[in-house]
Amino acid sequence: MSEIDIQRRQFLKTSVGAAAVAIASGMMLYSVAQGKSEGASSKVRWGMLIDTNQCKPGCNDCVTACNNENGLSGGTLPTDSQWIRKIEIKDISSGRELSLPMMCQHCEHPPCVDVCPTNASMKRADGIVLVDKHRCIGCRYCMMACPYKARSFVHEAQHDQNPDVPRGKGTVESCTLCVHRIDVGGKPACSEACPNKAIIFGDLNDPNSEIAQKVHSVASVQIRADLRLNPGVRYQGL
Amino acid sequence: MKFLVSLLMTLCISLAWAGEAASPKLDIGKGGQCVEDTQWMRKNHMHLLKHGRDDALRRGIRDEKHSLKNCIECHASTKDNSVIAREDSFCVGCHKYEAVKLDCFECHSGTRKSAWLAQRNKK
Repeated sequence: MSEIDIQRRQFLKTSVGAAAVAIASGMMLYSVAQGKSEGASSKVRWGMLIDTNQCKPGCNDCVTACNNENGLSGGTLPTDSQWIRKIEIKDISSGRELSLPMMCQHCEHPPCVDVCPTNASMKRADGIVLVDKHRCIGCRYCMMACPYKARSFVHEAQHDQNPDVPRGKGTVESCTLCVHRIDVGGKPACSEACPNKAIIFGDLNDPNSEIAQKVHSVASVQIRADLRLNPGVRYQGL
Repeated sequence: MKFLVSLLMTLCISLAWAGEAASPKLDIGKGGQCVEDTQWMRKNHMHLLKHGRDDALRRGIRDEKHSLKNCIECHASTKDNSVIAREDSFCVGCHKYEAVKLDCFECHSGTRKSAWLAQRNKK
């Protein structure tokens, strides 16, 4: 190989490297200037682990926090929206009483998404099940399909909504896992509000997260696991 | 010929004057430098919003610069912190003039987020 050939090859190598660096830094700057977030990733699976032993009967703090965060009235009539509700259960034979919060279980295979005729009911890549209200026609099939009774229909015109949480008459809604908080690195309002830290929120796919380690080490169950929907919300001590 | 020219002139002037008078007078809020050119935004803001809503909700890509919240943050009235509260509010003024139905705010808040948060913290 001649001297010239080697020089040319080296020149090409360095110039390609320099170009790559220039383009990469430009791209970085561009995405920063645009202020765009990466978006939901399928590597993440958001979930919650609820310790029913820590959940106090009569305590309603998670429900109140949810109502405040999402601008719900707090009413419990069939026509009021309830994204999370407290349930008291009792085993008749042993007399053991339990209290636990119940909300959208963010299934891996959500029946609400299966039945939606307009594709409004949808699951994000990171496992959060949402209603796209731009598409929702208010048919309420999803409310029928949900085995957890997690969804509500908005019957009245809404005013003074949280700018982060749009809600409107004629659409179905449910727990969003406080997606507006998660997307900026926060955690759901209910989890934050629980005085006993009974609701652990985190990424089930990340082996180093608190929730994944706890799910790995203590017994927890999914409600109606027989339906094989693989909910992202798990209960401990049930 | 002279008559024709003068007629044309008066027509033009009166038309220009009428156009000026009839165009909506908006309360532009803080105003100033927008995220894109003003004329371009007048023509294309709906495409940005419609594209952005699918990205944000379905894919979790939140483009803060072109978000509805960012529009409202700048363009809400400095008097009532809203883009929809009055006839001359930023969104309502134009949409009324153009007779285009504005249904974003049946679900979305038309209030400036910073003001809304201050209000909530007061309660």
